[in-house]
Amino acid sequence: MLHTVTLRRLIPLAAAGALLVAACKPDKDVEDAFPAPTPLTLANPQGFPAMASMPADNPLTEEGVALGRMLFYEKKLSSDGTLSCGSCHQQSKAFTDGRARALGVGGRQHARGSMALMNLAWAQDFTWDGSHTQLEQQARVPLENPLEMNQPLAAGVAKLQQTGNYPKLFGRAFGSAKITEENVLKALAQFQRTLVSSNSRYDKALRFERSLSSTERQGKQLLGHATSFVRGAECVHCHDTELFVGPKHTFFNNGLGLPPFTDPGRGGITGVAFDRGMFKAPSLRNVALTAPYMHDGRLRTLEEVLDHYSEHVQASPNVDPQLLNSPNDPSGRILLTPLEKQKIIAFLHTLTDSTFITDPRFSDPNP
Amino acid sequence: MLFRTLPAALATLLLGAISLTACDDDDQPATVTTGKLNFELENVVGAQSLAFGTPYATLAGDPFSVTKFSYILSNFKLTKADGSVWAEPESYHLIKQSDAGSRNFTIADIPPGDYTGLTFTIGVDAARNTAGAQTGALAQDNDMYWDWNSGYIFLKLEGTSTQSRTGVFTYHVGGFKDPYNSLRTVALPLPAGVTALQVSTTKTPELHLKADVQRLFAGRYPVRLAQMITTGHGADSSAVKLAINYAAGMFRIDHVHNGD
Repeated sequence: MLHTVTLRRLIPLAAAGALLVAACKPDKDVEDAFPAPTPLTLANPQGFPAMASMPADNPLTEEGVALGRMLFYEKKLSSDGTLSCGSCHQQSKAFTDGRARALGVGGRQHARGSMALMNLAWAQDFTWDGSHTQLEQQARVPLENPLEMNQPLAAGVAKLQQTGNYPKLFGRAFGSAKITEENVLKALAQFQRTLVSSNSRYDKALRFERSLSSTERQGKQLLGHATSFVRGAECVHCHDTELFVGPKHTFFNNGLGLPPFTDPGRGGITGVAFDRGMFKAPSLRNVALTAPYMHDGRLRTLEEVLDHYSEHVQASPNVDPQLLNSPNDPSGRILLTPLEKQKIIAFLHTLTDSTFITDPRFSDPNP
Repeated sequence: MLFRTLPAALATLLLGAISLTACDDDDQPATVTTGKLNFELENVVGAQSLAFGTPYATLAGDPFSVTKFSYILSNFKLTKADGSVWAEPESYHLIKQSDAGSRNFTIADIPPGDYTGLTFTIGVDAARNTAGAQTGALAQDNDMYWDWNSGYIFLKLEGTSTQSRTGVFTYHVGGFKDPYNSLRTVALPLPAGVTALQVSTTKTPELHLKADVQRLFAGRYPVRLAQMITTGHGADSSAVKLAINYAAGMFRIDHVHNGD
């Protein structure tokens, strides 16, 4: 009895073992069906810091990016077929939606606003609280969150598998027409990594292709750190490098409120009380297109944002001290003049990249 | 049940092992000829462990709390009793109070031997300070780089104090050129009772270092929070004074585990 049972169990196991060993060689029947995808390289724009390393198991390919673009605009990935990623991340608004707080399936409102999507190949912290450090993992959240697209990814995969075109597109991108959750996330990550914004008027000035106005240049100067002799708005501490974005794995309380914070922010991820009310500092690139501002869209205009940093920063125990220690004024407040605010806003408009928001490669392939 | 499944389970394991190794051409284990040192950095305020937002006092009695504490240690060198020196290549380590993982690091590829001296630099040497965009501990987006000065911040201490007229203080130390050169190299004595760090191919000594925040405020240039609430955030004399203070005694080797 023992022997027969063992044998019955061993035969399929042995077969499986043989398959595993054979897997070292390409399986002709499967591999030959789809040619290898075409590798794609992302250029590092002048002055940008080093790109974050690409995941070894998800290199950029032309087919993967093209598929990711289709999926980004695919409404089958929402529970009722009304929303795609592109609903809340609209290219014309630097992939935001113009709302204070995002609206999901059935009009359900999220606690936070849609973040701009750009230069993600350099990013290592995703969403307002840095809950994910890999794009491949992050994309599952909005797809499945009941307040967003509200559909288990497995259900989305089943819908895609039944279509005429997607199995073939997955085959071209990943070598198998059997669609998997992993490959959906990989394709979305690939497409998002290609969303590079580096062609604003500011970038053109950096490359000496055109010059900025005197007001805009003074605005750039004012973005910096103040000294006893030079005024500054201290923006650069949190909007750093040519990406104008928060340093990696670094989160800030920018003085919007006092404890207990309505939204725990980073503290909701770490469980550390000191981290409550801290958020990622998003990029200033294309910021003129991404109103309203802050994680909950409480500030409607850039003017309101400047007023906040200038006069209204609240001194909570974990507020970033840079916002309260300015040499501009004996009080330590940044206290900008109306003209200084106007100059800074003029400079922020030079970071608008009209090429980026009209680039056909980033648009809905089936509008 | 157990009798029925155990042989099958063993067979699965065996087949798994075969399939895992089948693609490997060389299964010769590499011969290890070098050793390692493990470092554990603990930031403290006097006898207390450092925690963000906790009230402390300087040695002069100024109350303060810390909201950020980060620094770059570099160019680690180990000296044997005969005077010979081994230097870690690419030796740059970023330590952040906000990132527990950054407070532990390993130095590898050390020739085995008994080492009696340890030195390192607080900051980034001039050569690498001017080498443009870099990665790892020297990445520009580590919150330790002055875009406007094209230079690294060696140490950041930020916090709150009721002594400060603004309620806060922001100390950023950097600068690698005279007259405002804040680079400092420190030699740390081994703790009493430890004669050497015994590095071998099989034993990895663990060094437990403490960095005492109070020592920034004390030393040759006593710092009172009512007087100094910020550095110039560029190479300047206030940064150099802090560097002189912290180089004189902020770091110490608290204890060593010489490995079993």
